[in-house]
Amino acid sequence: MGTRFEQLEICSPDFFMSLALLIDFGSTFTKILAIDLDSEEILAYAQSGTTVETDIMIGLRKALKLLPPHLQKASYEYKLSSSSAAGGLGMVTIGLIPELSAEAARRAALGAGAKVIKVYSFRLSDRELKELETLSPDILLLAGGTDGGNREVILDNARVLSRSRVHCPILIAGNKAAADETDTILSSSGKNTLVTDNVMPEVNVLNVEPAREMIRKVFIDRIIESKGLKKAEEFVEGILMPTPTAVLRAAQLLSRGVGQEKGLGDLVVVDVGGATTDVHSIGMGNPIQAGVVRKGLPEPLAKRTVEGDLGIRYNATTILKVCGAERILQNAQVPHPDLPQRLASLSSCVEFLPESVEDRDLDFALASCAARAAMERHAGTIEVLWGPQGQYYVQYGKDLTSIDHLIGTGGIFIHHSAAGSVLQKTLFSPEEPFSLRPKKPTIYTDARYCLFAAGLLAERLPEKAFRIAKKYLRKWN
Amino acid sequence: MTGKKEKRIIVLGVLGVDAHVVGNKIMAHALEAEGFKVVNIGIFSSQQDFIRAAIESAADAILVGSLCGHGELECRGFRENCIEAGVDHIHLVIGGNLVVGKQKWEEVEDRFLQMGFNRAYPPGVSPQKVIEDLKRDLEKV
Repeated sequence: MGTRFEQLEICSPDFFMSLALLIDFGSTFTKILAIDLDSEEILAYAQSGTTVETDIMIGLRKALKLLPPHLQKASYEYKLSSSSAAGGLGMVTIGLIPELSAEAARRAALGAGAKVIKVYSFRLSDRELKELETLSPDILLLAGGTDGGNREVILDNARVLSRSRVHCPILIAGNKAAADETDTILSSSGKNTLVTDNVMPEVNVLNVEPAREMIRKVFIDRIIESKGLKKAEEFVEGILMPTPTAVLRAAQLLSRGVGQEKGLGDLVVVDVGGATTDVHSIGMGNPIQAGVVRKGLPEPLAKRTVEGDLGIRYNATTILKVCGAERILQNAQVPHPDLPQRLASLSSCVEFLPESVEDRDLDFALASCAARAAMERHAGTIEVLWGPQGQYYVQYGKDLTSIDHLIGTGGIFIHHSAAGSVLQKTLFSPEEPFSLRPKKPTIYTDARYCLFAAGLLAERLPEKAFRIAKKYLRKWN
Repeated sequence: MTGKKEKRIIVLGVLGVDAHVVGNKIMAHALEAEGFKVVNIGIFSSQQDFIRAAIESAADAILVGSLCGHGELECRGFRENCIEAGVDHIHLVIGGNLVVGKQKWEEVEDRFLQMGFNRAYPPGVSPQKVIEDLKRDLEKV
């Protein structure tokens, strides 16, 4: 199991401190951060391999033992945690029209920190039902129909699900006029159901916050236990949210501010991980140029996308397929003559920590490619159309070109000396003018890996969480 | 569609690469004032945008505004696409500057009815006329 201990400051054990311990049970590593709440400083960071298959507390105890003795024995006012262990929160979403309610459901799940395993549209076929039964999601989100609109499809899907071997909680978030009947059909056949507001109450109107909150509640109440994470509650106050939610919360906090603390404004966070690369953008993303028409389902103010094929360990070989060897090597400083073999090795040894110059250079190249591809998929696009009255511009998704702040988080951004350059690769390019990526943001990295911690701490002390998150951003330009 | 409803649901929009929005807003306002629920998908709408919105909202009718003169080209296959999407019998209405140049309205109207539209209106038709016809037509459904 890989371990790394980093001691940032030693405080006198005689000095009374108000402390917080923030823990992330990651898919590969359990990470802990000890924070002095009075001085708003990070005291120590440690990590050890996550041990969810045996006993989650084993990995946590190993990480705790890496803290300085006085912090091991200290009393913590808050012990909060997030988790993406045991595969994270896996969801399947079902809607009606792929571009409308099915897409709204997908966005609700992503914004709740889930990994969306599959999206279904229209009436479930027998083949799709069999597939769903094998996927075994943690939560199923069932949507479809605007409020007062189509009710037949969500009801038909409820009947199909009621006869299925799907046993996970089913969150009903579709046509409110059909919600009660949908709930009755499912619950009378023994399914666990919850009902919340429609994720798309009107055509092209997104309403994902109620569903996100409900998903988080289900995660805390039921999913944690089913994944063997409940034992951690012997030690922590509770596993409050999936890890991606903690990062998204921190991004929202930094952007919008809280109380007396003024936020940074619209921003983007790129989280390059071993299993996925996530992008979070906070802002409306409205067109910058006059006369541009925005089309498509609106995107949430806090938008998250997850690229499950762009993690720099689990998907090292997939990055090769997606981006190509030439692009990877263009981002490298040293030669990598055995690139395919090296990437295959990384994919099979996901806890590998770089040791040599070549290792670090390859991580840099992979992260640069992954971050760029993820940003391109996240950012909106602009299309030029010609009509009888001339040229028009139509925008799909968010215009991120005027974003002022771009933040990188994830292991690569803590440990690599040129981490800021990874984010440079994600920026707007005149060669691809239709991809609305950020043009000239100030670039930061989450140098102390504390964004997830700030997202957790915000549940209790939002203003302190804001100040800590902002304090430890390392500026690169 | 599905029998008596509280309000009849109408999908309204402007078809094609066309930024004419004023007529669209006027028609939306008039329909709402007469008790219709309006799903306004706005300008730059494709046939699929109309049909998707109609399915999702269980609409009773689709009202297509076409003001750039290229309606005949842009409406080709509209009824067929509705059939493919399972809304075979949805009430389809079109109005606006449907053709370029001066042509006999009766011939233009006939071409759109042949395409599968239930009603077609020339430029300058009053919203009240459209709404009266709509109410009568939907009563028969």
